[in-house]
Amino acid sequence: MAVANIQVSETPLVLYTLRRADDALILGHRLSEWCGHAPMLEEDMALANMGLDLLGQARELYTYAAKVEGRGNDEDKFAYLRDVRQYRNLLLLEQPNGDFARTMVRQFFYAAFADLYWRAMMRSTDATLAAIAAKSEKESAYHVRHSSEWIVRLGDGTEESRRRAQGAIDELWAFTGEMFEVDDSERGLIDGGIAIDPANLRPQWLKTVSDVVREATLVLPDNNWMQQGGRSGRHSEHLGHLLSELQSMQRTFPGATW
Amino acid sequence: MVTAIQSDTDLRRRAWEAASQVVDPEIPVLTIADLGVLRDVEVHEGRVEVAITPTYSGCPAMYMIALEIELALERAGMPRPTVRTVLSPAWTTDWMSEDGRNKLREYGIAPPQASNSRRALFGEQQVACPQCGSDNTELLSEFGSTSCKALWRCKACCEPFDYFKCH
Repeated sequence: MAVANIQVSETPLVLYTLRRADDALILGHRLSEWCGHAPMLEEDMALANMGLDLLGQARELYTYAAKVEGRGNDEDKFAYLRDVRQYRNLLLLEQPNGDFARTMVRQFFYAAFADLYWRAMMRSTDATLAAIAAKSEKESAYHVRHSSEWIVRLGDGTEESRRRAQGAIDELWAFTGEMFEVDDSERGLIDGGIAIDPANLRPQWLKTVSDVVREATLVLPDNNWMQQGGRSGRHSEHLGHLLSELQSMQRTFPGATW
Repeated sequence: MVTAIQSDTDLRRRAWEAASQVVDPEIPVLTIADLGVLRDVEVHEGRVEVAITPTYSGCPAMYMIALEIELALERAGMPRPTVRTVLSPAWTTDWMSEDGRNKLREYGIAPPQASNSRRALFGEQQVACPQCGSDNTELLSEFGSTSCKALWRCKACCEPFDYFKCH
């Protein structure tokens, strides 16, 4: 029996919170796919740990979105009972893990942004978002440090690791522009001090990314054409496959609980 | 009325005492009071409500801790207690008591340093080995056996050890 998707009334604050919750859930899920497959035990633990941090952030954000929406949805319904087109995460985060270099480049591009984003959001006039930000920025500080070290190690490592790291940068670069985009729905929240304008974070992000990439003896692409669509539910083909695994239990046994 | 207030105060004191005995399931030498996770105890119409603050966003021990608090209060004769999670202000390892830090060290886990060392990029920190006390140590992995720990190694006594990360 098919399980109906939930309906979400996406007022600006609900949508804004869901977008960040989806970012955390989808990247967290991607990292969890490494569990038992990472190149060494320490990395297996690191990737699972970061996935757990993100899952925790997602839960807090979903719970808050549900409270703001006030229509009986909850964290589980948001995660398990929305289809691809209802997901609002960045395209970057749903991209497949690929090899370890690709996972690290994706992690690095996002963590360098998330670290700045959460620190800025600690000043949100929305008390709950500010509190979630205060917790998340501590975690993102570790995530960006971890991935920075790997970018340097891979880029300035062997010929093979360097080739793979550069390939991953070239492939994922076009997905980074979406992090700094703002639509009308968010503009009002930014004006009200609830959200921050991510465009203001871009210079610092670019500096961090450029510094690390340079130290890794790698280069950023010249091409500044950017892919977009995730924030309005237009996703790459990869998200559907991810959700089919993430949601399989609830879709097969509706309402199942531990 | 005065009697009611006094009994509420007494109930609150007993509830705090019972709740503060609950230990972290991952680090059983630390109580939630040592950790700074136990934030408040309130009494509403004779029922106890305990406020705790999560440590790391995804820490699975929080659910265990909430359950243990409810059980501890029930056992102490306080029926149907509730546990509330407060997000603000965000928990920091700076709230860990001095007593808690000593207990951690004796247990073999290096206690967290001041949280301003967290932003020292590329591992500038120095952590003393909880076994032999040597500063000649190195970081093996930023992420360890639980969300709150990193994995270190002592180059003096050659033993690996956990370090409770700054948060």
